[in-house]
Amino acid sequence: MRFAPIALLGASLVLGVGGVQAAPEDDLMAFRNFYEQRFPDTPFDDFANGIYSIDKSRREEWEQMEEFPQYEFDIDAGEELFHEPFANGKSLADCFPDYESGVRQNYPHWDRELGEVVTMEWAINRCREQHDEKPLEYYKGPLAQISAYLAFLSRGKIIDVKIPTDDPRALAAYEDGKRFYYSRRGQLNFSCASCHVGAPGMLLRAELLGPALGQVSHFPVYRKTWGEITTLHRSYAACSRQLRAAAFKAQSREYRNLEFFHTYMSNGIPFNGPGSRH
Amino acid sequence: MARVATPVLAAALAATFGGGPGAVPDATAASMIEEGRKIAFDRRKGNCIACHIMAGATLAGTVGPPLVGMKARFPDKIELRLQIRDATKINPQSLMPPFGRHEILTEDEIDKVVEYVHSL
Repeated sequence: MRFAPIALLGASLVLGVGGVQAAPEDDLMAFRNFYEQRFPDTPFDDFANGIYSIDKSRREEWEQMEEFPQYEFDIDAGEELFHEPFANGKSLADCFPDYESGVRQNYPHWDRELGEVVTMEWAINRCREQHDEKPLEYYKGPLAQISAYLAFLSRGKIIDVKIPTDDPRALAAYEDGKRFYYSRRGQLNFSCASCHVGAPGMLLRAELLGPALGQVSHFPVYRKTWGEITTLHRSYAACSRQLRAAAFKAQSREYRNLEFFHTYMSNGIPFNGPGSRH
Repeated sequence: MARVATPVLAAALAATFGGGPGAVPDATAASMIEEGRKIAFDRRKGNCIACHIMAGATLAGTVGPPLVGMKARFPDKIELRLQIRDATKINPQSLMPPFGRHEILTEDEIDKVVEYVHSL
């Protein structure tokens, strides 16, 4: 562990300035240290619980929600959809042979042949298309339910995104996602980091801003205000609109690269999706 | 791009600085403050309460500092106007949206918000 340059790297992370490029491992250390210092009472694993890891009163209410979670129906529906035969007799289970022992933790990953970051939702639709089925809508509905089912089977698995060092395109995808995370956008001029690194635990009106560490672990989430199970990329788009910025398409390269960086920064945190949220 | 004080602004300044505490500002200044208040509270306009605790706001945000004692914090009203117009010019890391530079508010609306905020 190289401790000396961390303060400097942390500064470059927060400022989002170019110049010296930090290695992903250094970014990760700086990120973890930042949240450890910012929320010394929160155990590392507990960041998997998002804002409930830093807010006691909301946590109680959330724990009640989790006793009879709304997403249970979605997990069941997702299981059915996962095994539903395609027209050719195959099913999603044929594309994810190891699903029973959990596959969620294998995503997102760098695919050398495609030269792309592959997310789990993208892989589900790629599988459907390989079997001549139409892709599913990415924000909600059947795809979010399948995602909930697969997330559930991977609960407790540790996030461990790898950025292969022997393919410079992988590092470029990571850097692209990182740049996205720290770039200000929209009429209101916020970056993802403005709120989730700069102001976690603070209120934006009545909305408590969650820490970026562990932010991806619990997706898809059943959002009470939306009344349905929804995917990570829908949250990306919803955040964009709040900043009065045009959203990118779900599973666009921009959002897949963002998810790559965003998930890498939570390496070591357990997957615990699907989750209940307000 | 600081604007030259308009007659209305001049009246407001006179009311604020000339009257002293407890003095009743003249009707024009009062209506300007009131218009500024409406813009400040409007979700599609200033939406100041998203981030700032301020008098009369319920469920206000906490990202920015509470808006109190503004005359003490900004003895020079022009400084307050610069802060609202583009806070990143003063502090590049400021999270405050650049209301003027990004045309979230018009220059006229900013004048009114400045009057209101300075009255807090």
